[in-house]
Amino acid sequence: MKAAIIVFPGTNREPDMTQALHRAGIVDTTLVWHKDNDLKGADLIVLPGGFSYGDYLRCGAMAAQSPVMKDVVAQAKRGVRVLGVCNGFQILVESGLLPGALLRNRSLKFICKQVHLKTETSGSAFTAALTQGQVIRVPVAHGEGNYFAAPETLRAMEDQDRIAFRYCDADGAVTDAANPNGSIGNIAGILNENRNVLGMMPHPENATQDHQGTLSGLPVFESLMKALS
Amino acid sequence: MTMRSAAAPKMEPDMLSEPEATPELAGSHGLSAEEYDTILKIMGRTPSFTELGIFSVMWSEHCSYKSSRIHLKKLPTAAPWVIQGPGENAGVIDIGDGQAAVFKMESHNHPSYIEPYQGAATGVGGIMRDVFTMGARPIANMNALRFGDPAHPKTRSLVSGVIAGIAGYGNCMGVPTVGGETNFHKSYNGNILVNAMTVGLVDQDKIYYARGAGVGQPVVYVGSKTGRDGIHGATMASAEFDNDSADQRPTVQVGDPFVEKLLLEACLELMEKDAIICIQDMGAAGLTSSSVEIADKGGIGVHLDLDRVPMREPGMSPYEIMLSESQERMLMILKPGREDEARAIFEKWDLDFAVIGITTADRRLKLSMHGRVWCDMPVPPLVDQAPVYDRPCAKLEKPAPLAPIPEETDMLDALVKLLSCPDLSSKRWIWEQYDSLVRGETVSGPGIAGTQASKPADAAIVRIPGKDKALAVTTDCTPRYCHADPFEGAKQAVAESWRNLCAAGATPLAITNNLNFGNPQKPDIMAQFVAAIDGIAVACRALDYPVISGNVSLHNETNSEAIFPTPAIGGVGVMADWKTACSLAVENSGLTLMLIGGGGTHLGQSLYLREILGREDGTPPAVDLEREKRHGLFIRNMIATGHITACHDLSDGGLLVALAEMLMAGNTGATLQTGGDAAFWFGEDQGRYAIATKAPETLEEEAKKRGIPAHILGLSGGDSLKFSSGAGILVNNLIYENERWLPACMEGNA
Repeated sequence: MKAAIIVFPGTNREPDMTQALHRAGIVDTTLVWHKDNDLKGADLIVLPGGFSYGDYLRCGAMAAQSPVMKDVVAQAKRGVRVLGVCNGFQILVESGLLPGALLRNRSLKFICKQVHLKTETSGSAFTAALTQGQVIRVPVAHGEGNYFAAPETLRAMEDQDRIAFRYCDADGAVTDAANPNGSIGNIAGILNENRNVLGMMPHPENATQDHQGTLSGLPVFESLMKALS
Repeated sequence: MTMRSAAAPKMEPDMLSEPEATPELAGSHGLSAEEYDTILKIMGRTPSFTELGIFSVMWSEHCSYKSSRIHLKKLPTAAPWVIQGPGENAGVIDIGDGQAAVFKMESHNHPSYIEPYQGAATGVGGIMRDVFTMGARPIANMNALRFGDPAHPKTRSLVSGVIAGIAGYGNCMGVPTVGGETNFHKSYNGNILVNAMTVGLVDQDKIYYARGAGVGQPVVYVGSKTGRDGIHGATMASAEFDNDSADQRPTVQVGDPFVEKLLLEACLELMEKDAIICIQDMGAAGLTSSSVEIADKGGIGVHLDLDRVPMREPGMSPYEIMLSESQERMLMILKPGREDEARAIFEKWDLDFAVIGITTADRRLKLSMHGRVWCDMPVPPLVDQAPVYDRPCAKLEKPAPLAPIPEETDMLDALVKLLSCPDLSSKRWIWEQYDSLVRGETVSGPGIAGTQASKPADAAIVRIPGKDKALAVTTDCTPRYCHADPFEGAKQAVAESWRNLCAAGATPLAITNNLNFGNPQKPDIMAQFVAAIDGIAVACRALDYPVISGNVSLHNETNSEAIFPTPAIGGVGVMADWKTACSLAVENSGLTLMLIGGGGTHLGQSLYLREILGREDGTPPAVDLEREKRHGLFIRNMIATGHITACHDLSDGGLLVALAEMLMAGNTGATLQTGGDAAFWFGEDQGRYAIATKAPETLEEEAKKRGIPAHILGLSGGDSLKFSSGAGILVNNLIYENERWLPACMEGNA
């Protein structure tokens, strides 16, 4: 099983992602430079966090126009699993693989902190190792993570069980106080219609190592490991 | 060699006529009459305008260290584990396994006051460049910040701009900002201090230096284009402020962290290929200082064709090109014939790459543009004959001993006041804007309660990728001690950084320093500076803790009011296994809380005195370095053998503050059996630690063997911090009080 981690100019969480995949047993990982159009044979495509193109114009907007993204879109349409975290989520939204938009945090400041996420669905290759309602603790680190989508889009996503994670408190209550960035409906992560593309703002990859003090994010990668083997 | 010359705009020669150098013009460049006379002698003629500009930046305080150089020589810089001491872009120490840590701290005080966001951002960018110039990947950023009185009308906007600037640059670079310190005091009202530190990791066989260039080698420019920003930044940073300092905004550089991220990756990629002979970043004084450094250290000359320099706008003069401080640029000397290979890497990363000159045997700096020579000057005198001043020092008055203090105090009430005062309040508002977790190796980051990383500790701890080994990093200084007694205060800053590393379970290895002072032409300021150097030297020698890099920032004065002397110390230590890192959090019930190092007695210059009694008098606590060392080694030993569950050094606020922080970090209560006066609970005597242990008997016994005082204070448990008398306070209330002040202050509600 092969995982391709795409590196754009300004991507910076590729080592974190590599660590997480390896810990879950996905050891065949390759860093793919965005100008090298080589996703052939990848069973999993990962868009990690960072500041692609310095967040200039709009977060993810320029990376979405990068040559490799045509291929990512094509592979996603074929059913290959695509995971986008943080800036990766922003790129997936900008490339049209996921709906909605990511706005400036409501505090207007970059925020890095541990948050709790409520698993809304275990019905995906990314969340199968979690149970519905299970709370995990992972960090966020972003300035533009305030998810927004039109009411009809939200309704469609809810009807199709496509909300993957919502921000919640330690007990799993989805409250405004537990919402770090103002995301509509406390949405932290969403799936596409075919359920093979997940975008999320928080960083499960930073909760997968012993020295990080928690393995709370590991089930996301273990789910993928299981789905792909 | 390059296409640049052809593309450069054709200038009429008289469009580029330069003003004639005169003593007045030299004066307006910050050069004294004597310095200008020396220049005339060196040149044997009147210098050109470009030559004058080059002299002025090379001989500025910022670049030449002319007031500090003779004193800096007193600092101990050697140890078996030091690979490179001061004199290169950053210092280097051996951390085992063929790996090395590269680190340095640098100030960006003046620019951050004038333009807080860009000033702080480019300070962070500059120090990271110093580290990756040496081949090291930056793995941790730290900072040491001083702001004015929170009530001063400028303070809030300076805080928000500086923090956003540090965050904006570091986060985008993907280098975690893992810690630091922030103080407030009115002495910084007109001169804030922004000191940034970067720690990098490199294999010992892949370290790059500025030295080593030979003759006939290509001089290569990479990175951003050169613009008109930051011209004379080094000169601005070498003068004091007055009411018109805002007019200097154009001298502040503008940063682009995205380009620096590309530059980092491109440089590290090229460094893998063994094509670079030497490399120097273009920091203060830009192309001037980088080319002069490389030429001087290699004992060679450099001939540059300025038409080939990538420029952001047309019509720039040689003077502007040489003095620009545009960011994110590097100068390197390549092995001849490796240009195309290097160019391909920089083109991959969409960065400019230009061969702009050649090294020569004549030891001269020669600059051509538009078919004319604008500068032809000898290199060695720019460095060797730079002025060196042994400036007069006043005799420092020893502070008077502490006047009597009132006896009765409600200890819990005082504790709450201290935990919610500006210096001790939680800095969450600041550090939640820093990505402290990127790269995935952070074991311990900023903060005490509710932190980003898992283990709150006295030092930031970052694991070395793929290993058990970790580095511990801390920044420290207590300016109020340094103001009262610069010698003892500087000693204390070194000792506290050493103590913090011990408390985290690390072996302290070396320091970098950032010496922030007022105007060195004033004998009392110079006396502070000299005493502080002596204090640092004494402490470093006693603790085997050499200085491997550093930076001096003088002229931190506005309208003749100087800052408190602030010799900030950045310490780095190593631990063989991150799992042995010691947290400061008391997380469980039934642990015995102990005080190691003796009861508190000293309230002079303490935070208690200032915040509770509104006084700033007395002597600062003295550091007994022999005792400091003995206590620190004991603590490390007890942590390594698993006898200590949590450990926190005693510093600002003394014992009761330290205990409260340990309980807040673990959200656990405790009952204290000991009684004591204000000096016992809040005294700031040095060389002490608060610990939590499951093995109090062993600790008492081991301490006794070594003649180290060890007292049992009480037991952890419950949800409150309680005295045996019955008085108590919920730990949650302590957290609330500790978190309350800074957000309210930034909202304008404090």
